Amino acid sequence: MNPQTIIIYDGSFDGFLCSIFMIYEQKISDAIIRKESDTNNQLFTITEHVITEKHKANRVWKGVKLKTTRKEQQDFFKVFLSEIKGVENTLLNYLKNVFIKKKGGNIDFSNTDILKMSQVSKMVEREKHRMEAFVRFQLTTDSIYTATVEPDFNVLPLIIFHFKDRYADQKWLIYDLKRSYGIYYDLKTVQIITIDDFSRRNTKISPEKLSSSELEFQMLWTTYFNHVNIKSRKNNKLHKQHLPKRYWKYLTEKNTTL
Amino acid sequence: MSFERIREKLSILADAAKYDVSCASSGGKRSNSNKGLGNNTGMGICHSYTEDGRCVSLLKILLTNHCIYDCAYCVTRKSNDIQRAAFKIQEVVDLTINFYRRNYIEGLFLSSGIFKNSDFTMERLIAVAKKLRLEENFNGYIHLKSIPGASDELMREAGLYADRLSVNIEIPTVSGLKLLAPDKKHEDFIKPMQKVKNEIIQYKSERKIIKSTPRYAPAGQSTQMIIGATGESDRDIMYSATYYYKQFNMRRVYYSGYIPVLPDNRLPSLGTEVPILRENRLYQTDWLLRFYGFSVHEILNDSHKNLDLDIDPKLSWALRNLDLFPIDINTAEKQMLSRVPGIGMQSVSKILQARKFRKLDWTHLKAIGIALNRAQYFITCNSKEFYRKEFSPLTLKNKILKTSKSKYNTYFNNQLSLFS
Repeated sequence: MNPQTIIIYDGSFDGFLCSIFMIYEQKISDAIIRKESDTNNQLFTITEHVITEKHKANRVWKGVKLKTTRKEQQDFFKVFLSEIKGVENTLLNYLKNVFIKKKGGNIDFSNTDILKMSQVSKMVEREKHRMEAFVRFQLTTDSIYTATVEPDFNVLPLIIFHFKDRYADQKWLIYDLKRSYGIYYDLKTVQIITIDDFSRRNTKISPEKLSSSELEFQMLWTTYFNHVNIKSRKNNKLHKQHLPKRYWKYLTEKNTTL
Repeated sequence: MSFERIREKLSILADAAKYDVSCASSGGKRSNSNKGLGNNTGMGICHSYTEDGRCVSLLKILLTNHCIYDCAYCVTRKSNDIQRAAFKIQEVVDLTINFYRRNYIEGLFLSSGIFKNSDFTMERLIAVAKKLRLEENFNGYIHLKSIPGASDELMREAGLYADRLSVNIEIPTVSGLKLLAPDKKHEDFIKPMQKVKNEIIQYKSERKIIKSTPRYAPAGQSTQMIIGATGESDRDIMYSATYYYKQFNMRRVYYSGYIPVLPDNRLPSLGTEVPILRENRLYQTDWLLRFYGFSVHEILNDSHKNLDLDIDPKLSWALRNLDLFPIDINTAEKQMLSRVPGIGMQSVSKILQARKFRKLDWTHLKAIGIALNRAQYFITCNSKEFYRKEFSPLTLKNKILKTSKSKYNTYFNNQLSLFS
């Protein structure tokens, strides 16, 4: 029996595509793809490290594009961003299926990998939408509208266009504290950046860095939020269902004391 | 600006505006050209939710709560002794822009008490929208209230800057209106609606010929009715709703359970519970009319003037028309599938898709996600097991109620115990 091969990549999407490249190039039959960060050595397995090379990744993605619709490509990327443990292998099985089929084959939801894909991409989509809704910018002294978030999935790459189109005339920064990187718009392009000041222990932007009227506007917003509530219709269950508690930490209206 | 004063005004004027339930921010499409602020893709976003579970997507405020009218149902009526305030036009603009930039809101919903006269008020509302669009280059969502009695020219201008316009009819019947708002005339509500409808049609047809024609109120118009303030039946309410949908191409009619805010012998007393369940049943009926192909007289008519509170209107209709059932899932037409209790429109389209490949049985239907606890008595499928027994409507109703759990249980527990 062939021993299992564990393929270790750097965690990037390109790196993942390169692992697929390797599996096909070296005809590895029993492969498991893992991130560098969550590996543990096992007995009786072969470990291979993938080197991320852009041209290999591009070749795989080109192949995927030939066999799938745009929606399926988007779902594929979203599922990858879910970072659920072992999701790489669902994606690998899915691709194996895709590569032997003709384009536009019927969607067969009785296939477990396909079903899982559609479920997970829906979860990621929901998180993306929540980020579009729950991001709260604070204006800093260097006139950048800054927000910190901790999304369940790695959705920042998905929300770039939404915020770029919407806030085209202001500098903004959305920082993912869980994954320690942010997206920053400088009025021209969006860049991926890392900042040392932020950490999960220090989630708040220090008050001296905020612009002079920022706290006043936070106060106004919280005042508004409290006054649109109709007390005689109180429905806490529904409130928490729409606005899960784990997001409260970053919502201005839930943190400002009047 | 003085933040302290603004905060005070905001609390007064948000308080007064919150009984307007419309909060839609979808349907208006304005893309961000020339690097302005805001980009409306046509999809709404709820940025927050209040503790009553309602969505907050717009900055919903009154320009002022000074009002010359004395409508009994309204908090801001003339004779009510409350704090009055008024925003300056620039203040509303600044609030909207600053909230929008911080990703708090999708846009502005501006309404107003009527001061001086209708046109004077309407002009002020338009001035805010105009300033936002032209000076601030703002592409977010703007919902303006059409002030009853406003002139045609003003209504025309309003639609050029706003995404949605609405007039709240508030009281579903003409007689009710006379009782509670004696100074307002029914025609005053109708006139702006008619004008907006005509303008939308005209601008749309012009746009077909000349591409550069500006959009006129792209998110259409809506209205709202208060439920349970006067003694009207569900039939009265839904018949007027249908009238507004048909006559004025309304996008939405909203139903708002009356919240007693003032003592008045023409109205339910203070402390009367908000008719949340009734409101819910009315919305269900509204959906049946708009998406499920029902016509209003099937659900509500002379022999059935009010909706059942303990079961949904579709189940109630099915129980009154048991002779039409059971239907075969694998052959029935779309129109009939959508009438089965427990099958929603999403399931209908899934069934239509799936049955092309194979005959569907109970497991398929369960996987598709239909509510079998209700649907099972009304359908047959590719299985020999189905309910052959003929039940009377009442026994069937009790059978279904026993197996279902409603979040509104507390409301009708007392009624249930009468039967069991």
